[in-house]
Amino acid sequence: MKGSVVSITLNGVERETLVAPGTTLLNLLREHQSLTGTRRGCDQGSCGSCTVLVDGKAKLACLIPVETIAGSRVETVENLALNNELHPLQQAFVEGFATQCGFCTSGMIMAAKGLLSVNPRPSRADVIRAISGNVCRCTGYESIVDAILAAAAGMGKPLKKSA
Amino acid sequence: METIDTSFFTEERAGSFNTVGTSTERADARGHVTGRTQFYEDVSFPNTLHLKMVRSTKHHALIKKLDVAPAMKVPGVVRVLTWKDVPNNWYTILKLIGVGPDDEPVLAEDRVRFIGEQICAVLAETPQAAAEGAKRVKVVYEELPPVFDVEEAMTSKPFTNHGSNYYIYEGHNCRRIRFGDVETAFKQADHILECRYNSAPIEHAPTETTGCVVKPEGNGRYTIYSNTQALYFTLDNTALILGVQFNKLRMIGGTVGGGFGGKVDVIVEPIATLGAMLTNRPVKYAYSRAEEMQVSSPRAAERFYIKDGIMKDGRIFARKITLYVDAGAYCRHSTYGTTKAAAHMPGPYTIPNVHVDAYCVYTNRTPSSAMRGFGVTIADFALESQMDQIARLLKMDPIEFRLKNAYRDGDMKAHRKEVEGAALVEVLQAAAKQSGQKLSSEFLAMSSYGWGSANGKA
Repeated sequence: MKGSVVSITLNGVERETLVAPGTTLLNLLREHQSLTGTRRGCDQGSCGSCTVLVDGKAKLACLIPVETIAGSRVETVENLALNNELHPLQQAFVEGFATQCGFCTSGMIMAAKGLLSVNPRPSRADVIRAISGNVCRCTGYESIVDAILAAAAGMGKPLKKSA
Repeated sequence: METIDTSFFTEERAGSFNTVGTSTERADARGHVTGRTQFYEDVSFPNTLHLKMVRSTKHHALIKKLDVAPAMKVPGVVRVLTWKDVPNNWYTILKLIGVGPDDEPVLAEDRVRFIGEQICAVLAETPQAAAEGAKRVKVVYEELPPVFDVEEAMTSKPFTNHGSNYYIYEGHNCRRIRFGDVETAFKQADHILECRYNSAPIEHAPTETTGCVVKPEGNGRYTIYSNTQALYFTLDNTALILGVQFNKLRMIGGTVGGGFGGKVDVIVEPIATLGAMLTNRPVKYAYSRAEEMQVSSPRAAERFYIKDGIMKDGRIFARKITLYVDAGAYCRHSTYGTTKAAAHMPGPYTIPNVHVDAYCVYTNRTPSSAMRGFGVTIADFALESQMDQIARLLKMDPIEFRLKNAYRDGDMKAHRKEVEGAALVEVLQAAAKQSGQKLSSEFLAMSSYGWGSANGKA
């Protein structure tokens, strides 16, 4: 089967890519666009490491054939700190020690961004539900949930200095 | 939460600490939150070949025939590697620190010993072609009875390449501790409690699967981008397996998307590097999620028998432990894990009679290896479960029972090393206090220090 040209708006810029049939959004981002911040954890929709925003909604890039989202807006983690200024979610993850190996972090942040765009003042339960498809194997979820809530509250927790 | 109690070990805090006790931003946090952290799979090179492994579908079998020709007919398949291509096919991960024998093949020769064992590697232009090629390789097996139980394995016909289903430690069938005389002590004890404790294997399930990309360089060297937790084990083992000088290989790594001990083995790099050498093209070997779950080494299953002789006043007088660590089909780091387990016995308690036999046993299960505190974590599950069982038997408070037997500075351990820097008494006292549990004055007055030798125990 022949490939086709698919146009999507990627991090604010319209991009046309020649893709083979069945190419996933994850492969398009990583292999064609070198946007490797979106991680491949399982390639079967079970770990959440590849979460991106498609038309503002958190989606798993490994499960989306690119042809099915032609014309959509896609946002990845690379779009969050464009002027070298961290997004409040990123800042909160740094200050709240919500990263360890870092592999799940991109997906966690994008899932959280999807949540905050429709629910800027989420409850703890809302946050837990929003990241329920994202697996973290190092840090545990408490610091991640805390960081998302801190970002939502409009402030990262300041670094504590001991007396 | 209480703040850190600085009243202990004051002499060890002589210097001025600028960072301990303060919060400092992680060096890698900004890379992680911006997606800029580079994991091994984030590098890509033109002309890369993709490696797909053909794996054993049997627990234990002889390979009667291996036919790779059908794979070579798949468009895009470039080469299939078998054991005949590997210069030094037999190895063991810790051989550079004197561990032997070489008990594991890079690629299976005439026999497979677990489901998922590597048989041959298909190199192709695309992941799809490699997968199709791997599917078409024909393996004819003659099945042999597998053994999955450690105690059965001890007496079963050996299936390893070195003639025994257990690891030989300096001429002995197990790691041993002999201290005092447990059999005489059991006769003198008021109570005997013997229990069996079992654990299952545990998979690390890192979010990033195991893998590497190997690139031939213009200077005749090979750059290995890997997510191994053990860059130097990997470099050394790969060089030995391929029969090249260490300086032919350059490892790039240190960024691991979850390891927990599961990425300490040397499995993907030697064969991917061989592929790069034989084709002069970059080679990528990345586990799928299914491969990660099926073939990456889990924490070993362990079986403990613990027999204790206990006096009415709560002192443990004798402890006899038999441990079987399930190494799976090949020993990998389990020989070391078993040694660690033996070193951890009989727990942080002063017991005058101790007898330990710790066996590292081969079975036809997935080879086990390192995982967070391996050898110690499951030992503590068994030892502390046993402590609770005894406390219940004696109707003693479990914390007071542990305090009664806690090791203290100056005590002689079963390994004939005098205890120093003990803090178990203080930790138990603090734990009781924080959990609101009242200890009697006898136990509140205890200390790890000023105790004298084990013989002077009051």
